[in-house]
Amino acid sequence: MENQATYNYKVVRQFAIMTVVWGIVGMLVGVVIAAQMVWPQLNVGPYFHFGRLRPLHTNAVIFAFGGCGLMATSLYVVQRTCNVRLISDKLAAFVFWGWQAVIVLAAITLPLGITSGKEYAELEWPIDLLITVVWVAYAVVFFGTIAIRKVKHIYVANWFYGAFILAVALLHIVNSMEMPVSMWKSYSAYAGAVDAMVQWWYGHNAVGFFLTAGFLGMMYYFVPKQAGRPVYSYRLSVVHFWALIFTYMWAGPHHLHYTALPDWTQSLGMVFSLILLAPSWGGMINGIMTLSGAWHKLRTDPILKFLVTALSFYGMSTFEGPMMSIKTVNALSHFTDWTIGHVHSGALGWVAMITIGSVYYLVPRLFNREEMYSMKLVETHFWIATLGTVLYIASMWIAGVTQGLMWRAVNPDGTLTYAFIDAVKASHPYFFIRFLGGFMFLSGMVLMLYNVIRTAVAGRPVNAEIPAVVAHA
Amino acid sequence: MESLYLLIPLSVVLAFGIGALFWWAVKSGQFDDMEGPGHRILHDDDMPAEANENKAGDEKNN
Repeated sequence: MENQATYNYKVVRQFAIMTVVWGIVGMLVGVVIAAQMVWPQLNVGPYFHFGRLRPLHTNAVIFAFGGCGLMATSLYVVQRTCNVRLISDKLAAFVFWGWQAVIVLAAITLPLGITSGKEYAELEWPIDLLITVVWVAYAVVFFGTIAIRKVKHIYVANWFYGAFILAVALLHIVNSMEMPVSMWKSYSAYAGAVDAMVQWWYGHNAVGFFLTAGFLGMMYYFVPKQAGRPVYSYRLSVVHFWALIFTYMWAGPHHLHYTALPDWTQSLGMVFSLILLAPSWGGMINGIMTLSGAWHKLRTDPILKFLVTALSFYGMSTFEGPMMSIKTVNALSHFTDWTIGHVHSGALGWVAMITIGSVYYLVPRLFNREEMYSMKLVETHFWIATLGTVLYIASMWIAGVTQGLMWRAVNPDGTLTYAFIDAVKASHPYFFIRFLGGFMFLSGMVLMLYNVIRTAVAGRPVNAEIPAVVAHA
Repeated sequence: MESLYLLIPLSVVLAFGIGALFWWAVKSGQFDDMEGPGHRILHDDDMPAEANENKAGDEKNN
């Protein structure tokens, strides 16, 4: 009886805590590989070489940190907005433990050099199969809960989460088509330029649906809740959703400018990338304007600071992205650290900050506390994280443009002005600044873990009661 | 090049799928009210019981 009257906060709690834990692990690996760029002597043994740790870093921050954050928040939001408990507690528990198993397997196999070699899809076929099973279970829990909802309208955040779940399933299945040759080795079903195009159709949409749509779902729930204001324009949020999902799928070819891919496909990818600016900025403005009439809260509320700063970085990186997809700009930026800077503007500034803000919102509610153990620490975390992000992005911009200009500089007689190593030497100081920025961001996460543990210890795990459905307000 | 024979039909099918979903959403009245849902999530009080008790206590004391 009690079970029916409460929400399932247990799975949300598990995912929320693991978000912080995996965040620290993933970012620590990131700081290590950033240090390896500054001090190459740190590349020790085959297992801790840059080439093996780099996919571990990307997988850990995207799928472990980001994935747990998305699962924690989506399972919270879907219950609260649908006014109903998750459709199955057992299946939800399976999603949690299954996803943790995927992460642990990734952490073991990637340093061992077991990889399919596809960026952001490195995990080998047995793990790919496990991901598929867990993901289907996640989809059943999420959509099943929507199916039994007590509120007729499906809140916009759920639309974003739903698109994220469906699109990631499709992307994963199509891109992971592979032929196993042994237990831990498989080859892609595609070859050559075909493989590259499928890979970047996947890669770009992983950014679009995993790192954008999912986190926009987070934004559309937690920004209004924390600000205590309804989203600026609900109508715009619906337009934002449909415009974004219709256009995102086509932008992948911009990762393959000036390659063997047909020229018109590259141009098509570029045009769709430019079109994407419109829905992205529509959403960003919608999120920020939600604070109209509540701007003063930004002065005192560090959680709101995280959420709004995340939106600002979302705006910046979704402006930068379309610019970099323009072929003439791409000729300068491609293969340089500018790309790394752009990715981290989105990853640290947008994805991590919106997740951190949302987890700070959730933790007290999951442990029956009024607020986090220390709001001062949240404030400190915010400033360390913001400063770290700015150092990271700015250093990579300078390094990237420097590299791009040096690589293409030619003497009057047509020979290259600089050897490759000259550009590496010129980048060295910026690699150090990047390391510093990353280290700061990691330190903030350690503060967060301490704060979360203290909050959890001071409170007790609760499953909130489901309020009676209120008549339409 | 051959990848396009897979990806373009797939994307087109997907776009139609999304279109159908959109059509369903409009038909079933998902977008009839474009103001209320934004406010509704704010009426859902998700503060923990303990925090609410404290608040009620404060109000009594005032």
